[in-house]
Amino acid sequence: MTNPFDFVSPPIDQIGLIERTQKFSTRSIKNDSKVQALKLALSMIDLTTLEGKDTIGKVQQLCAKAKKPHDFMDVPTVAAVCVYPNMVRVAKQALSKSNIKVASVATAFPSGMSSLKVKKEDVRYAIEEGADEIDMVISRGKFLQGEYSYVFEEIATIKELCKEVSLKVILETGELGSLDNIRLASDIALHAGADFIKTSTGKISSAATMPITLCMLEAIRDYYKKTGLKIGMKPAGGISEAKLAIHYLVMVKETLGQDWLNNSKFRFGASRLANDLLMQLRKQETGFYQSSNYFSND
Amino acid sequence: MSKTNSFSLHFETDWKYADAPESRDHIDLKEQYELFINGQFQKCSSAKYFDSINPANETFLAKIAEANREDIDQAVKSAKSALAQWQKLQAKERAKYIFRIARLIQERAREFSVIETLDGGKPIKESRDIDIPLAAAHFFYYAGWADKLEYAFPGKSVKPIGVVAQIIPWNFPLLMAAWKIAPAIACGNTVVLKPAETTSLTALKLAELIQDAGLPPGVVNIVTGAGETGAELVNHPDIDKIAFTGSTEVGKLIQKSVAGRNVKTTLELGGKAANIIFKDAPIEQAVEGIINGIFFNQGHVCCAGSRLFIEESIEKEVLEKLKWRLETLSVGDPMDKNTDIGAINSKQQLDTIKKYIKIAKEEGLKGFESNQSIPKKGFYCKPTIFTGVSQSSRLAQEEIFGPVLVVQTFRTIDEVIEKANNTPYGLSAGVWTDKGSKAFNLSSRLKAGVVWANTFNKFDPTSPFGGFKESGFGREGGLQGLDAYLKMD
Amino acid sequence: MARVEVLKTYKLFIDGKFPRTESGRYFKAKDAVGEFIGNMCLASRKDFRNAIKAARKSQSSWQDRSAYNRGQILYRIAENIEARKKEFSDLIAKEQGLSQKEAMSQVESAIDRVIYFSGWTDKLQQVFSSVNPVASNHFNFSILEPMGVISILSDSFTSFFEFISVVSASILSGNSIVILAGENASLSALTFAEVLAHSDVPNGVVNILSGKAEELSSHFASHMDSNALILVGKHTNRAELETLATENVKRVFCWSHEEIKASKFENPYYIKALNEVKTTWHPIENISSSSSTY
Repeated sequence: MTNPFDFVSPPIDQIGLIERTQKFSTRSIKNDSKVQALKLALSMIDLTTLEGKDTIGKVQQLCAKAKKPHDFMDVPTVAAVCVYPNMVRVAKQALSKSNIKVASVATAFPSGMSSLKVKKEDVRYAIEEGADEIDMVISRGKFLQGEYSYVFEEIATIKELCKEVSLKVILETGELGSLDNIRLASDIALHAGADFIKTSTGKISSAATMPITLCMLEAIRDYYKKTGLKIGMKPAGGISEAKLAIHYLVMVKETLGQDWLNNSKFRFGASRLANDLLMQLRKQETGFYQSSNYFSND
Repeated sequence: MSKTNSFSLHFETDWKYADAPESRDHIDLKEQYELFINGQFQKCSSAKYFDSINPANETFLAKIAEANREDIDQAVKSAKSALAQWQKLQAKERAKYIFRIARLIQERAREFSVIETLDGGKPIKESRDIDIPLAAAHFFYYAGWADKLEYAFPGKSVKPIGVVAQIIPWNFPLLMAAWKIAPAIACGNTVVLKPAETTSLTALKLAELIQDAGLPPGVVNIVTGAGETGAELVNHPDIDKIAFTGSTEVGKLIQKSVAGRNVKTTLELGGKAANIIFKDAPIEQAVEGIINGIFFNQGHVCCAGSRLFIEESIEKEVLEKLKWRLETLSVGDPMDKNTDIGAINSKQQLDTIKKYIKIAKEEGLKGFESNQSIPKKGFYCKPTIFTGVSQSSRLAQEEIFGPVLVVQTFRTIDEVIEKANNTPYGLSAGVWTDKGSKAFNLSSRLKAGVVWANTFNKFDPTSPFGGFKESGFGREGGLQGLDAYLKMD
Repeated sequence: MARVEVLKTYKLFIDGKFPRTESGRYFKAKDAVGEFIGNMCLASRKDFRNAIKAARKSQSSWQDRSAYNRGQILYRIAENIEARKKEFSDLIAKEQGLSQKEAMSQVESAIDRVIYFSGWTDKLQQVFSSVNPVASNHFNFSILEPMGVISILSDSFTSFFEFISVVSASILSGNSIVILAGENASLSALTFAEVLAHSDVPNGVVNILSGKAEELSSHFASHMDSNALILVGKHTNRAELETLATENVKRVFCWSHEEIKASKFENPYYIKALNEVKTTWHPIENISSSSSTY
């Protein structure tokens, strides 16, 4: 079979990749630099609820938190709220007077095990409901069967539907089996028109890690080098501590630099991270270590 | 694929790292250090002292005694008289002393890291994460050998050699002391060790720690001074073995001075390692490996990957990625926890490096360096890369021992092997390819004592280290490292 | 009428060929009672240079031969000496002034030594290599590799047995050698060259010169393309030779006649000493382990 894509994905050495990320983790971020990082991280959060038991009330609460993460500290709002398609309208209403985006998962999330027709319908519905951003999943089964063109075409088709709506492509890296596959899937998504590439659905235990995110950031960097297009990155799942989020920011800073250190190019898919960032910010302000009792769980 | 264009990345970001200086409050440094002979610190007979300074800011750290012939004689005699007792001790008891030293280093790791960085200029994160933990690991590893030596060399019965003279360089002061002392005393020898004159402090702190460990007096003696002190030690008639790590030039002098004498010698000398990257390599990891290979410890590494060979078809891509990476290497105060490249060890070494950079300019070599600013006071050199270097350039042939990388390209495997081996040195080499059969081909054809495939500058107590050709002979580390410290029948 | 015997001309053995010395000089080899037995080439430093060149050229392909193949070739050498046992024992009897019985016994011991060493080619690595348990995700192993070209200088080999012991021990792991056959064993040594030439030993792996140690020793010690120097026996200028050897950090070994002839010479540590240790590192991917996070 001829390669339908104009790229060759380089091999990835796992051990070397991990060693690189360990260097990010040893960066010492202190004082003003830390405050700045905590706020930046907060502004990059896609505050997420993706449960079968999501209700109007739950989504409204989440939106309230998104708009006003803390009752008196001067902190930025999060970047977006991420929900299932049938909650888009609720979220959109709740966030109507803010700049916070509403992201919707789609394409038979989380497994993607449906027909392209159904997936397209899913996306169309979410957009009609008012979604600003679509988080689609790739067909991992097809990918692992070697049907890379199928995966490519599917993403391209969804992107066509999205038009101006930002498209995040979830690779579900925990199901791809190897870093070489993650790199290949990243390249496919990038070339097929993704606006963001995203690690995980959050629905399986293996979610975002720094090595996986670095692997994807490097794919983004190569793609930028080749096309001049700056594609975003969204690690999702498993990032719940401020300290880890700061390590991610170090990684973004030292891999892609200034143009990616903002929420139009980098997002954290997380629900618990916001409160830990707030606790650390409060600690920086007061000098006291904080208790979660003083931060609202929404 | 590797076409490049003007799309640029900006690593100078709005979000900056604040200073993160390591505290030096918890360290205990004396104003003046004496010689460690026969378990005691004693004044040198010359009454001469030299200053140890912090290369990061040229401030005074401590006065260090300069040992002369008389002092060396005392130290060797002390080692000689300690031999009998040390060898009589049951091997398992000998082991326990060495285990103690390992533990004590771990307990005081932070203090040792800070002193290592103050005295030598290496980044605190390297002293903290590499030098000091590896030094402790070496003592642990060889401690365990002390009572198992009979299993190391099948068919042979082994005995200690006697008094061992050891001379170490300034690039990894405590780690080199550990590489030398641990196997020597584990095998039942006694030691006179001379650290480099610019970096004596951690060896002298080790002497304090050896006192704390209760090691019998005279088993380890530490004498300080420069080249003359070293020559006195090497020429002493009562030494049975010399272990030297340092330049090839001095190594040859030592080899000459033992000519005709029955003094067992091991030499770990200079290098000019080839680091070879093929187009099928894991490129990003290779770039990181190239950076680590040459800029680790300011390039003050005998096995540094100082000659980079890039397969021609990926030259542009690799160079561009190296440039990016250079911009995120922070050069500056070694005590800052975020510093990647610290201070050059001494004024003298900085001058040597500058001399080569000047030669490069005279030869018309093109290159690039990091755009970051470097401190005004102290000895610093920006990480520098020269491209399109020919095999005949002095920069491709001579060991620079600084953060200077020379880049050459190649087209075929045979060509690169020939170029890589076309040097009097043979300490280490690096190969980057995703293809296993190619990696094995290279690793067997490169004339080097250590070959790193898809990694670089890795060290471990269990892994033998040492060179081919003019990079010296003998191995340190692993079972093979015992060979140097035993007589066999 | 008695037939007139055809005498053999002895020449040097360089690169698988039998050249005369470029210098045109000779010395008279004498038997144990001082009778003339032949004109031998008195090798010059240029002959030595040519020999080193041949040794270097042959070395890497000799090293690349499989251990099994090198073992077969050494065994072949033994077979070929066995086939010419009578010739060698006659020669040695004359050269060393031994009885036929003593000479034959020496030849047989020499054959047995070659057989002994031939068996080490494919075992040495197994005895002395190691996999090293480093504390990181790397596969790390150390193996022996031949040093390259070795110059071997004897004050004078005391016997054919000694000569052949040194040759077989030094080449078996893949080194090429230049060896000076001393004045006492040069006939047998250069006759042995004929065996080498017919035993599939690649040209240049063993180069044999006849001549005077005192004349050539400084060149043996100083040649920059020789990796190691073996001094056999006593050399009054040992310190000078060792000093010259430092020019390219040559490895120097001193072997006594006694130890080579002793049965203890049959041990692998002599072979091991003529090899370098090479350590290779490679990462080990860790994807499927339970703690893996890619």
